[in-house]
Amino acid sequence: MSARDRLPLLLAPVLALAALPLIGNPASWATLTVAGLAMGMIIFIIASGLTLIFGLMDVLNFGHGLFIALGAFVAMSVLAPMAALTTADSMLLNLVAIGIAMVVAMAVAGAVGWGFERVIVRPVYGQHLKQILITMGGMIIGEELIKVIWGPQQIPLPLPEGLRGAWLIGDAAIEKYRVIAVVVGLAVFGTMVWVLARTKVGLLIRAGVQDREMVESLGYRIRRLFVGVFVAGSALAGLGGVMWGLYQQNLIPQMGAQVNILIFIVIIIGGLGSVGGCFVGALLVGLMANYTGFLVPKVALFSNILLMVLVLLWRPQGLYGAAR
Amino acid sequence: MIRSLLSADYPRSRLVAAMLLAIVVLLAVVPFVFPGARSMSVAAKILVFILLVASYDLLLGYTGIVSFAHTMFFGIGAYGVAIASSRLDATWGALAIGIGAALLLSAVLALVIGLFSLRVKAIFYAMITLAVASAFQTLASQLSSFTGGEDGLSFRVPRMLRPAFEPFENPVLGLVVDGRIITYYLLFVVVLVLFLMLLRIVNSPFGRVLQAIRENDFRAEAIGYRTVVFRTVSNVLAALFATLAGALLALWLRYNGPDTSLSFEIMLDTLLIVVIGGMGTMYGAVIGSALFVFAQSYLQDFMGWVSGQFEAVPLVAALFSPDRWLLWLGLLFVLSVYHFPTGIVGRLRALAIERTARGGSTGSTVKVPR
Repeated sequence: MSARDRLPLLLAPVLALAALPLIGNPASWATLTVAGLAMGMIIFIIASGLTLIFGLMDVLNFGHGLFIALGAFVAMSVLAPMAALTTADSMLLNLVAIGIAMVVAMAVAGAVGWGFERVIVRPVYGQHLKQILITMGGMIIGEELIKVIWGPQQIPLPLPEGLRGAWLIGDAAIEKYRVIAVVVGLAVFGTMVWVLARTKVGLLIRAGVQDREMVESLGYRIRRLFVGVFVAGSALAGLGGVMWGLYQQNLIPQMGAQVNILIFIVIIIGGLGSVGGCFVGALLVGLMANYTGFLVPKVALFSNILLMVLVLLWRPQGLYGAAR
Repeated sequence: MIRSLLSADYPRSRLVAAMLLAIVVLLAVVPFVFPGARSMSVAAKILVFILLVASYDLLLGYTGIVSFAHTMFFGIGAYGVAIASSRLDATWGALAIGIGAALLLSAVLALVIGLFSLRVKAIFYAMITLAVASAFQTLASQLSSFTGGEDGLSFRVPRMLRPAFEPFENPVLGLVVDGRIITYYLLFVVVLVLFLMLLRIVNSPFGRVLQAIRENDFRAEAIGYRTVVFRTVSNVLAALFATLAGALLALWLRYNGPDTSLSFEIMLDTLLIVVIGGMGTMYGAVIGSALFVFAQSYLQDFMGWVSGQFEAVPLVAALFSPDRWLLWLGLLFVLSVYHFPTGIVGRLRALAIERTARGGSTGSTVKVPR
């Protein structure tokens, strides 16, 4: 790991420390930091799939937000009949319920992602303009279909009983769900790093991101690999959607488009195609959103744009962007 | 005369020419033939959309840049008129100040965004504009002391454009001419002139370079054109025309708020119209806007009727509900990107060429934007 690679790792801690004197009160700072980390982890789960899809096949999926909304709505439908589990006063049972919802949501999002890749994305490989248009069109259709199935209105998605509330550590209130979000996020990040660094599939993916033609000429079918990555990325977006829905505690069909904007900022900051950069970018965006939301609520959305501009002025290709 | 008016860019298809003629004539006589408030509003909306979509076509169809910030400039124009008219006296001077300030702000923003992100890939630009536009929309609804927030601003227009202003004592051709009619014709003339200007721009040597960049930017750069400069200029021009379209909308509605001019739905509508009408053909903006706004205003009634027929079948009824018409439009959009990348106008032109070729005379080649 060179100095160039190490430097961005310092950004998130530096941002957190810089915010401490501005916020003043260490207890609120701790609450905000955990909230920011939780939000960052959820964004990372969603964005990591998108950045890999882009890195491997040069496909930018503007319809990625669709899978976020889909995952959240499927989870809502799965959780509704499991009221016995979600209202139980045992955290274990609650987690089982959420776990089931997550698995189903990932399966549905992955399956729809497979169809999306086949029907929408495959015919326009290598044509950026058409990709943007067609995936945007796919997103419109998907969002409308969600409205057809679940209705256009806002639907509440309450957290299970045992996950509500907060733990008090000193003066700082740490919401339970946020801790869970951080744990799930770290688990996804760890698994992803392990797959990419230690398995043959991961090796092929990394090689494909670096030089697709070379991998193809060595006899590997990169298209098949790409379909796998697309499905996995969609499933991760579905998982992230469940977590985002529980974080916001309500769902609207347009939620995908809203989160999409944050995700784009994250993968631009991280450098298109880089999972590590995506992780750092997601944490930065999550922390920044929570700190500025507390300090100067009016510029909360602008702060992320500002962050993006600053990062791009420093490294025009993003933190870990490959020049290509 | 017609040649120089249309900048030698003819419809090149009898059907396209007939449709254009019908649209222009209909729009010109709407106040006399269909004087109702609803039909006038639909016609005015068509006019505004023609200008907005045509300016977006300069960017998307001719230069090959996907921007999601086009409604931001549209909104700046509308807010310029709204803020100036509500703060200052409702005079032509206030309008001029508002529009001038809006144009300046749009130009600067477009320049900055362009210089910042047009150097890199098209995809980058699309993502950055999406983020900037959504931030701008939030800002507009947050700064409520300045923009009226979510409620928006209602304002007075110069006396001549108010409904109460009636310059003639007797009806002209059976129509009582009032400020609304004058406003409508003001829109009509301004849109016509600006559209012809856009047509002139895309058919100038400058426009040819833009098309060259769209087809192959590497080659265009190699021939010696600074692609960044051309892209940025195209971006700024498109932004300025969109600003003017926004100003016209505000003038017609005498109201402006975030949902009327800044919402992402308008951006999607614009995108759909450009693609369905025909990317890279200015006339596609006219035909697309007319069909789209007409369908949006009247087709929904029809869908409501179909939905009513299927009341017994819940899912089908939901599919045909008037609120879901964007679903069908999205399908049409995806199909048209695959099968008719040049949209209605491009398709009709290609048919016309085929017919000429079969007739034995020589046809020119069709340009198909990738």
